[in-house]
Amino acid sequence: MPALIGTMSIVVVFGTLAWFVTSAEQWPRIKLQFFNLDAMIAAFPRVLQGFWVNIQVWLTVLVCILVWALVLAVVRALRAPWFASFRLMVMIYIDIFRGVPVLLLVLLFGFGIPALNLPGLPNSGLFWGAVAMVLSYAAYVAEIYRSGIDAVHEGQRAAAKSLGLSEWQTLRYAILPQALRNVVPALMNIVVALQKDVALLSVIGVRDAVREAQIYTATTFNYSSLIVAAGLFLLATVPMARLADYLTRRDRQRRLQMAD
Amino acid sequence: MVPKIDIDNVTKYFGDKLVLDRVSLKVNPHEVVCLIGASGSGKSTLLRCVNRLVVHDYGTIRLDSVSVDDPAFGKTGLQRRAGIVFQSYNLFPHMSVLDNITLAPRRVYGQSRTEAEDRGRDVLARFGMDGFAASYPEQLSGGQQQRVAIARALMTRPDVLLLDEITAALDPELVGDVLAIIRGLKDDGMTMMIVTHEMGFARECADRVAFLDGGVILEEDTPDRLFGAPQQVRTQAFLQRIIAAGRL
Repeated sequence: MPALIGTMSIVVVFGTLAWFVTSAEQWPRIKLQFFNLDAMIAAFPRVLQGFWVNIQVWLTVLVCILVWALVLAVVRALRAPWFASFRLMVMIYIDIFRGVPVLLLVLLFGFGIPALNLPGLPNSGLFWGAVAMVLSYAAYVAEIYRSGIDAVHEGQRAAAKSLGLSEWQTLRYAILPQALRNVVPALMNIVVALQKDVALLSVIGVRDAVREAQIYTATTFNYSSLIVAAGLFLLATVPMARLADYLTRRDRQRRLQMAD
Repeated sequence: MVPKIDIDNVTKYFGDKLVLDRVSLKVNPHEVVCLIGASGSGKSTLLRCVNRLVVHDYGTIRLDSVSVDDPAFGKTGLQRRAGIVFQSYNLFPHMSVLDNITLAPRRVYGQSRTEAEDRGRDVLARFGMDGFAASYPEQLSGGQQQRVAIARALMTRPDVLLLDEITAALDPELVGDVLAIIRGLKDDGMTMMIVTHEMGFARECADRVAFLDGGVILEEDTPDRLFGAPQQVRTQAFLQRIIAAGRL
């Protein structure tokens, strides 16, 4: 019975909303501008091609972020006194790259560095834009790793140390495996956010889905291509968000069981 | 006789708080010394100073006449010779029982996997845990986890074992099993320092008992004398509270 009421209420509310929107006086114009099927079909191949760029950049950048952030987090987690200067460097790094908008970094790196024509370094806006994203996101991910490392019980360190493990071995064998497992749900949310933020590279001329859709819009004055791009993003992010929810739930249950 | 562990005038501060105040204690070879006292009396800290899990501020602790901060121990010599077992087991939850106990032999002492695992299975078998080599800690009862933790501490053949309230987190019906293991180790001649709230066990198993209060060893004697006729007022008061709680 509750399920039936739930279904009914969804049908009624969403039905009313749909009727309300489509019966509006301006709806035909809105439809033509944003949901024009012919324009969508015409724009689809190039937007899809652009989206493939998004996916490639996303996966490459993601791997770089996860690795670089781990390096940052490990340096920050090592407690030996001679690491103090490195720890400080990492703290400053994180402060800077978390405090500056990603878009600004993308512009700065994507336009600025190629303009220098540095010998021996790549000159593409895509490369340097991607570097900017790695530097920025790694600051967040390093903090997530750190929260995971801090969440591992102090007794684990004591046990590892009393077995004779060095500080590095303690991290490597005892702390990090647990820390990484702790932060998987939080990381999943970053993965989803990153997937969308790759579109920022369109501002420096990378021909991703958004850029391709814009190009179509510029020639036809029809915005349906952007809706196509939006659809592609949703297709990718919604399942990932669901997976993130699932992992979070499973993690919660695991913790509750352990607390028993 | 040269003491196995010689704690000489040891002082330790945590920040401004004085937790050990000029403590001296000798533990002879093959001797079992129990440390008793209320929470916060400094007994666990004293235990952890012996294997340098806590670094004391003043005084000297010697193992076989060599100071525990002597470079002669190298990075891991002290840890190899002084095993410790904790109240909350502190097994690595992401590793199987066998991986837990062979981690240090393999990674720290460079044994091959076969060599470490052969010995690991022997030690587990001794504690009736050979059927659980592939299990993970969360699949075991508290008593079983603690037996694995003791096995892990024994893997490097230490000559001193430090036990930090190892039965405090166990269900009462599981305490007996773990204490039986400790009795077995005593019979084998293991030198042990034991922090415990199990007064019955301390009375039966200890060669000597030291009562700590406010970071000081107030009284130290054979169990018969310390439990039978405590000299200090504070020891008497502590034991009366224990008796009132039905734990002696």
